[in-house]
Parts: sequence; C-alpha cells; structure tokens
Amino acid sequence: MAAPETIRSASRPHISISGVSKTFQGRQGPVQALQDINLSIEKGEFVSILGPSGCGKSTLLMLLSGLLPVTKGRIDVDKKHIDGPNADAGIVFQQDVLLEWRSALQNIMIQAEIRKSNIPEARERARQLLKMVSLTDFENSYPKELSGGMRQRVSICRALLHRPPLLLMDEPFGALDAMTRDQLQIDLLRLCSDNDMTVFFITHSITEAIFLSDRVVVMSPRPGRIERIIDIDLPRPRRLSMREDAKFIDYTRELTGIFKSLGVFREEY
Amino acid sequence: MTTTIAETTDDTVIVPKPNMLLRALMAVPPALWTLLVLISIWELSVQIGKVPAYILPAPSAIGAVFFNYWHRLLPNALVTLSEVLIGFIGAVVVGVPLAVMIVYSRAMEKAVYPLIVASQTVPKVAIAPLLLTWFGYGMTPKIVIVILLAFFPIVINSVMGLKSSSREMIYLARSMGASGLQTFWKFRLPQALPSIFAGLKLATVLSVIGAVVAEFIGADKGLGYLILIAGANFDITRQFASIILITLIGVLFFVTLEQMERFFIPWKARSNIAGEG
Ligand SMILES: Nc1ncnc2c1ncn2[C@@H]1O[C@H](COP(=O)(O)OP(=O)(O)OP(=O)(O)O)[C@@H](O)[C@H]1O
Ligand SMILES: [Mg+2]
Repeated sequence: MAAPETIRSASRPHISISGVSKTFQGRQGPVQALQDINLSIEKGEFVSILGPSGCGKSTLLMLLSGLLPVTKGRIDVDKKHIDGPNADAGIVFQQDVLLEWRSALQNIMIQAEIRKSNIPEARERARQLLKMVSLTDFENSYPKELSGGMRQRVSICRALLHRPPLLLMDEPFGALDAMTRDQLQIDLLRLCSDNDMTVFFITHSITEAIFLSDRVVVMSPRPGRIERIIDIDLPRPRRLSMREDAKFIDYTRELTGIFKSLGVFREEY
Repeated sequence: MTTTIAETTDDTVIVPKPNMLLRALMAVPPALWTLLVLISIWELSVQIGKVPAYILPAPSAIGAVFFNYWHRLLPNALVTLSEVLIGFIGAVVVGVPLAVMIVYSRAMEKAVYPLIVASQTVPKVAIAPLLLTWFGYGMTPKIVIVILLAFFPIVINSVMGLKSSSREMIYLARSMGASGLQTFWKFRLPQALPSIFAGLKLATVLSVIGAVVAEFIGADKGLGYLILIAGANFDITRQFASIILITLIGVLFFVTLEQMERFFIPWKARSNIAGEG
C-alpha cells in the first residue's frame, strides 16, 4: 500500500470517538483507564486534553493513533475505522524516543526513510524544521549530547516531517523552559494554519490549553472520563498578549474551578 | 632542534619546551611502561639470582628463542590463529541468527533458549576428547570446541540486546508504518549493537582459550601442541615463547574487535571520549 505523499494533505481527517473504553490487564488484575469516551473533532480543529496525571490522556492518544486497540467502542479518522497503526498521523510521544545511534537530523530523517519519501526534499524540510526550533547548530549532535528540551524539540520535528494531516502530541512542551515554550506554541499555531492540520494536544498546563485550542477537553481520573468540554472563543491568530485579556483570564478561572471541584490540585497553581 | 617559546601557540605557561625525544616517550601508553618495568625486574632478578633457565628463563633468553625458532613458532601460530578465527566466525554465524530467532519466535524462546542456557553447565573441556574421537586429529575438533565456547556469550548478549528495544521505540516504528524488516534493521538491530559487541569481545577471549585447550588434548600442530612438546623436553623457554604468542593473538583479536566496535557504534565512542575529557 504505497500511498503517494502528495495527496496526503488533501485528506482532511474528521475524528469520531464513540463509546470508547480501555481496560489494561495489569499485574494486579484489570485496570480501567478510560470509560465511555465520546468526542468528535472537526477538520483543522485544535483540541487540548487537560487532566490530572493517570487519568488516561496518553492512553486516549494511543487509541487514536491505532497503536493500542480499544476494549469497547469505535474510533474513526477521516471515515476510516482505526483498527491498526494510523501511519497518516504525526505523533509526539510523552518520552522523546530518540534513537541514540542517530544524530538529530538523522532522527528526523528516519520518518522519511521508513516512508520511502524523497530523501533530498525531506532533508531540506528537516533542516527547516530544525531551524524553526532553533537547533540548526545541533543537526549532527547525538541525542546524548542534547538537553531534555532539545531532545523533545527534535522529536517534534520528526513528527512534522511528513506533513501529517493529523498531529497527536503528548505533553510536547512539558520539558521546555517558559520562553522556548512560548515561542514553540506560536510556531505550532502557525504550522497548523499553514498546513490545515488537526491537532490533538495533551497538556498539564491550563494556560497552554487555552492559548492554543479551539476546544479544551477536561478529563477526570479513575476511570478516565470526559468531565467537561469548553469552547475557547478567542480570535485567531493568537497573540501572547492575549493571555492577559479578561476573557482569557475568565477561561483560566473556569478551568481552575473545574479542577478544584474535582479535588485535583496538581496543576501549576 | 630548539623551539623558542614565541613560536608555540598552545603554550600559555612559560615552561621550556621538552625536546622531541622526551615528547615521543610521553606518547607511549602508560600500560606499556608498566610492562617494560615488569620485564626489567624479571630480567634483573633472573640475572642477579642466577635462576636456571629450566625454572624461569630471562626475557632476553625468550627473545632469543623468538629469533632462532621463528620457523617453528610462526607456522604453528598460524594454525592456532586459523582455529580461533574460523571457530569465532562460526560462532557468530550460528549465534547471531539464532538469537534473532529466539527473540522473534515465542516457540524458539520456550523450546530452545532454556536448553542453550542449561548446556552451559556441561564442561566443554571434558567433552573435547569425545570430539577428537568424532572429528579426528585435525583442525575440525578444535574449531568445534572454539564454537562451543564462543557461541554462548554471543547468543546471550545478542538476545539481551535485541530485547532491549523499549516499547515506545516499537510504537514509534509502527506509527510510521514500518514493516517488520524495517523495524529490525532500523530500530532493533542498532539498539542491540552495543550488547552484541560486548558478547563478541567476551567470545574472542574464550575462542583463544578453546583453541589452545583443544590442542592440549590432541594435536600435532598449533601453539598448544608446541607448549606440550617443549614441556616434554623441559624447554621452558620455548614454552614461554609460545605462551607469549598466544597472548599476543588474544590481545590483537580483542583490540581488533574494539576498533570494529568504534566503527560500528560511533555514537558510543563519541560519548566515551566526552566522558573522559
Ligand atoms: N500498558 C499498561 N498496562 C497497564 N496499565 C496501564 C498501561 N498503560 C497505562 N496504564 C494505566 O492506565 C492509566 C492511565 O494511564 P495514562 O498513561 O494514559 O495516564 P496519563 O493521563 O497520560 O498520565 P500522565 O499525565 O501522568 O502522563 C493509569 O492508571 C495507568 O496505570
Ligand atoms: Mg501521559
């Protein structure tokens, strides 16, 4: 099944998650990670998942990517039933998962090698992406020679190389300093609108979720359920200064309130 | 040959430059100096103590044997070297694919792997006479013993290495739509290389031991055979010369593998250098 690279961007995913549950067979019996998740995501939409540690955010991402099977329910992406790895997606895992025998550039290029895309063209794009995350000088460095934040930035570039119509990100900016984080949030938003990407974005940060998203999905733990979905009605393109706007602060207050009522104080407060 | 301080660029402290000879001496690895000192002590004690050559020959006497006896030493060293190399390569050719099968097949892991591990309690030196009966007097039984000894660390370390790919790494491969073959060549094998090389280096040492011990048990060629013959003639000096040659083969073999490791695993080598600096 050799899918031509060119038509990819024309396919616009529309995600529907209906009645999805996930139970792991743990060592001490079954663990229900997710219970009856219903969510549908529009093409080009930016959706953030916000929730305390262990509530099943990463699990939901793994189900969406088709890397783990659902226990119950059904997931469709772009009208295609997900029952195996969805290679169209770009994934930033919670751990950077860099290959230690490859330089930063080669780590990004593995994406092109596996997909057998045009190598010189991909290398050109990989260098552009490295430039975007300010790692131009480190393209030949091995992962061991990079800091945690630099490693995560390389893994973001790897996820973007093949211009995925759907981007799945699991706390991609968690390891970054505040300033790099701000910059990358802006870069990410620009990339999304340029490429018409749909983004499923997991975060621990309320501010980050509001700043980036069209909708914020709040999850509650044990078993993971969707607690609330909040539309973020802020104009685009987003500007960093918007974080001081009254409306933005209202959203922050609202979300904090939800977490307080859930008895969760794990966020950055 | 005097260099003035002004000419040198890297000197920040004003110290007279050591001359060329001294600098060349300083470039010699410290371990060689230690060896030189030990040999000197040996030579001196034998000379001063007037130790008879049939108890402990002086290093100079051993050196003389190398010079006068090389036409016997060299062909026999080549025999031992061939046994070591062929056996080692045989162990790699059998061991690495077997490790791959064990990692990829549940059935193999359950049916074969425990037996391989258990077989290690069989003393291979003790079955050497048996191999002689089966394979005759020539190089074959020696090669088989080398394979039997070298094979185990190669299999064990390769299995460990191939299993060390994290679950996340396999997820990453699958998320790109990697085929089984791509996952092996681009993810699992490179990840396993450091461990495989650790096994190979262990195997070099065992290969040399295997070849020599096999020659002890029954041979008409090889350095192990020379040691036996020299012993029968009470020629300790020739025994020493043979032992030194065996050691040399072992060291060269090991160093070659370390160089190959540096070549195949440059990411490791680089970080080591950084660590030492
Ligand atoms: N492979 C697995 N086997 C068994 N249990 C698992 C497995 N993966 C996750 N779990 C369980 O599922 C629950 C949800 O885990 P998940 O990793 O999705 O949480 P998370 O919301 O991403 O947390 P964090 O914010 O800390 O990353 C946890 O209770 C965890 O113990
Ligand atoms: Mg997680």
